[in-house]
Order: sequence, then structure tokens, then C-alpha cells
Amino acid sequence: MTESPTVHGRGLRRLAFATALTLGTAYSLVFFWTPNEADQGFIQKIFYVHVPLAIVSLCGFMAGGVFGLIQLRTGKRVWDMRSYVAIHLSLMLATAALITGAIWAKASWGHWWVWDEPVLVSFLVVFLLYACYQPLRFSIEDPERQARAASVFAVVAGAFVPLNFAAVRAAVSYTHPRTLGTTTGGMPGSMMLTFLVALLGMSLLFVTLWKFEMTSKNARMRLASVKRRIERDMAAGGTA
Amino acid sequence: MIRDTLALLRKDLLLELRGRESLPAMALLAGTTMVVLHFGLGRNTVSGSIASGALWVTLLFSATLGINRLFVAEQEEGGLDAVLLTPIDRTAILVAKTLTLFIYMTLLEAIVVPAFDLLLLGPPLWPALLQLMGVLALANFGIATVGAVVGAIAVQSRIRDLLAPLLALPLLVPALIASAKSTALLFDASGPSQIPGRWPLILALYALVFGLLGVALYDNLLDD
Repeated sequence: MTESPTVHGRGLRRLAFATALTLGTAYSLVFFWTPNEADQGFIQKIFYVHVPLAIVSLCGFMAGGVFGLIQLRTGKRVWDMRSYVAIHLSLMLATAALITGAIWAKASWGHWWVWDEPVLVSFLVVFLLYACYQPLRFSIEDPERQARAASVFAVVAGAFVPLNFAAVRAAVSYTHPRTLGTTTGGMPGSMMLTFLVALLGMSLLFVTLWKFEMTSKNARMRLASVKRRIERDMAAGGTA
Repeated sequence: MIRDTLALLRKDLLLELRGRESLPAMALLAGTTMVVLHFGLGRNTVSGSIASGALWVTLLFSATLGINRLFVAEQEEGGLDAVLLTPIDRTAILVAKTLTLFIYMTLLEAIVVPAFDLLLLGPPLWPALLQLMGVLALANFGIATVGAVVGAIAVQSRIRDLLAPLLALPLLVPALIASAKSTALLFDASGPSQIPGRWPLILALYALVFGLLGVALYDNLLDD
């Protein structure tokens, strides 16, 4: 067994500690340090969960697109696996972002869903599109074709994400807080800092989960290949 | 390259002319959708954004049918293998498929728009016709470029019929926004008004982006 140790498992333990620490710090700050927002009160604190979730999942979708592109350029299957793991983790985060977004909308605007709100609507469209990724992927048996079709989808959808946000934003009036745009100046320093820590924590969480799943997938694949080799050796030994 | 594209386009159109597998179904679905919309909305005539929405829902549903059928001949009859054996540039296949879909949509609209005027549309169509044709042409380019890519992705899968509309509709939302906003102004009950420049711009940009994506990615979808 001289195969190189998988790159994905390296530093996973340290990364997991860092993630736990950052997220723990972030949400301690949320509860014990940041002021309640004057308008919305306590419920506004869901902001520190919702916005990082949304941002990280969108970045994850786009990372999936970049990995897909690399797969198409190099033809290496591992990039397809990376793209797949990034997209399917992002899909989970996106689900959580939609749910937290709906809760926040209900609490602060009185409705579970608000159509005149570009970020939520574009997020839903992106979510619906990516929900087709797994059906597409697993309805193609041939692994080679599967990797290619999935990567093409990842690239197209990754490019679609910013385009869609621009188009939806052009279509509706502005009611959503511009998190990273105009209101940043108006956000108190303590809120901004906490938000950034939470964003960092969420990104670390994503990377940790991604590395974890890649490690596990790699280990499973190597186990399968080792098993096949042993079976082959035993069969060869039996006949000799 | 241009000759190859035209030859492929001619093949697709001839197939459609002889087999009549896509366009009649698209037109029929459009007609049925309008009947459904009449009862669903409970209105005899529509105007403004409702009219615009009705038209685009009708067109998009029919478009997904066309997208679905786009690669059927290639897949079921093994036509793609034959085409790939010839020294044709893959881009020519993409361009031919895009043009095929564009022509389908244009022909479909030539049927659907008069029918829509007759059956549902309240305000008169004539004053808005020229601008409407412009919006439809731009939107068709977007639908065609997206459709050619989605069709090629979906045809790889066992569940092609399911996937094509599920992939195409979200991808077409930006185009739908721009076109529906434009035609809502054209179908206004008090007469059509000028479309702001950003909607045609978004439509053109959208078609361009997906066209480029298609050119960049098509090799990967059709090889093997």
C-alpha cells in the first residue's frame, strides 16, 4: 500500500477544531455581545445564520462550477467528485438558508414569503435549478458520461447564478436589506464584526464538511479497489 | 463550418417537415394552455401583465416540448454517431440545433400570437406588433441557446423527458423576466408604451452568455 495519502484528509482534525472554535465564538458574540436591532429586536439575530448560509451556499455552487470546468479541461474524475460534493453540500446549506429566510421574513415583514424581494426570489430559482443536479447525475449510468454531463451542468448553472441575481434584481423593487451594499455603512461595528466572524465560521464549516466527505468517498473507493485486488489475488492463488 | 451548419439545419428541418413530431405538438400544447388559462383565470380577455404572463407561460411550456424533442432523432436512431463520424465541427452541431429551435419558436409564435390575439388578448395587437416582434426575436435567441444546451444535457440521461423542462424553466427565468416585463407594457389596456432599454439589453446579453457557454462546453457533451 504505497499509494499517496489522500490530500483531502490532511489537516482535517485541525480544521474541524478551527471551525468549532470560530462558529462557537461567532454565536457567543451573537447572543452575548451584539446589540438587539432597534427595529426588529431579537429576531434580527437570525441574520447571523441566514446570510452566511446563503452566501456560503452560493459560493459553493460557483465553486462546484469551477471544479466542473477543471474536470472538463483535465478529464480527471476527482474534480467531478469535488464538484459533486461542493454542489450537494451547498444544496443542503441553501435549503437551510431558504428556511431561515422564510422565518426571518415572517418575523419582520409578517409573511413567510415575499415576492418583491430579489434575493429570496433569485435564491429560490437557483435552488430549483440545482435541485435537478442529483436527478440528472444519477440517471446517467456510464461513469464517464455522468462526470461530463454533471460537470457541464455545474458550469452552466454556476454561470447562471450571478446572471439570475442581476436579472431578478432588475425586476423588483428594493425591500431587502442590502447586506453587503448600501447598509454596510449603517451597521454598527459590533454587528459587522460578528457577521464577519459568523461568515468565516460558516465558510470553515463548509470546507470541513467538504473535506470530510471527500475523504470518506476516497476511502470508500480505495477500500473497494483493495477488496477487488484481494479477490483477484485469491482467485489467482486458488488456481495456481 | 457554415456549410456544415446549414446541412445539419436542413436535415433537422426536413426531418420535422416529414415526420412532424415537434411543431404540431408545440402548437397544440399552446392552444390547450390558452384554453386552460381562460378557465383558470376566469377571464375572457386579459391585458397588461396578466396578458404578458399568459403569453409567456404558453410559449415557455411549448418551448420545453421542443427542447425535449430536439435530440430525439439523434438519440433514438443513432443519428448522432453518424454525424460525429463525419469531420464536422461540434460547434456546427450546436449552431444548427440553436437555429432549429429558433425557427421552431418563430413558427410557433406565428401561430400562437394571432391565436392569442383572437382568444384572450383585450387591447388591440396592431399598435404593439413591431415592438412585440422585436422582443419575441430576442427572447427566441435566449430560448434557443439555452434549449440547445439543456437538450444536449438532458438527452444523456435516462429521464430526459422529466429533466428537460425542469432544467430549462429555471434557466429561462431571467429571459422570462425581461420578456414579460417588456410585453406587459405592450399589452397595457391604455395602449402600448415604450420598452425601457434595459430589458432588450438583458435578453441580448442572456442569449450571448448562453451561446458562449454552449460553444465552450458542447465538445464535452457530444464526444464519445
